[in-house]
Amino acid sequence: MSRRIPKLSRKRQRAPDSPDAQATIFAALGDGTRLALIIRLAGGQPYSISQLTTGSRLTRQAITKHLRVLERAGIVCCAHSGRESRFKFNPQPMIEVKQYLDHISDQWDESLSRLKSLVENDGG
Amino acid sequence: MEHRIEKHIELKAPVSRIWRAITDYREFGEWFRVKLDGPFAVGQVSHGQITYPGYEQLKWQATIQKMEPERLFSFTWPQSKSLDNPDYANAPTTLVEFRLEKTPTGTLLTLTESGFEKLPADWRLEAFRRNDGGWTEQMKNIDKHVAQNP
Repeated sequence: MSRRIPKLSRKRQRAPDSPDAQATIFAALGDGTRLALIIRLAGGQPYSISQLTTGSRLTRQAITKHLRVLERAGIVCCAHSGRESRFKFNPQPMIEVKQYLDHISDQWDESLSRLKSLVENDGG
Repeated sequence: MEHRIEKHIELKAPVSRIWRAITDYREFGEWFRVKLDGPFAVGQVSHGQITYPGYEQLKWQATIQKMEPERLFSFTWPQSKSLDNPDYANAPTTLVEFRLEKTPTGTLLTLTESGFEKLPADWRLEAFRRNDGGWTEQMKNIDKHVAQNP
């Protein structure tokens, strides 16, 4: 009986600061099915859930669940056209994450180059 | 997409020299640009003050995880959302590891920083935007300065 709880109310019960709500981009990307969905959507054309389910071994429900994870991370956005939801790829969060990691990576390059000068120029 | 940063650098100095440069708190502070309160000790929190020009108001804090002599040095550090009023107690942490290997010409240092998947996406963007530009640019200026004034 408890299985009959509608999905929507479950979603609303989720506290905004719960780990689940803190959908991170990395967590969203850490799954083969979701990566496959991103690759499919990366062409830029929006797809309906039915289109994304066609040719997949997963159920419509499972695909929907994965799309919602991507949506919470901002990697895909959902637009309603008539009765159908269509999902579209949004590259911005991935670009920004890459820039952030590149930035930290640059900081390490600079620090390590100072370390190199220190150990190589002090006469051992 | 990678969840971690990994760097390899060949250093023309023996492993023992590199070990000292990364685990002696004064030497670490010299190249990392931080004034540390005291020596590193496993399980202990290391405190200090960033000495990088323009960022002197920033506090340094890290928890030393492993010190396996001449092999592995690691610490975790909080990634605070706010630079002005950092909340290190509740901040997610990333893990920094330095691994040393002897080579025919000296030492191979492998640096990794991991755990970025723990940071909420919106948080990362804010931290990035706050830092954007200035830090990297200033790092380059200092390097230039050092190169011109040996």
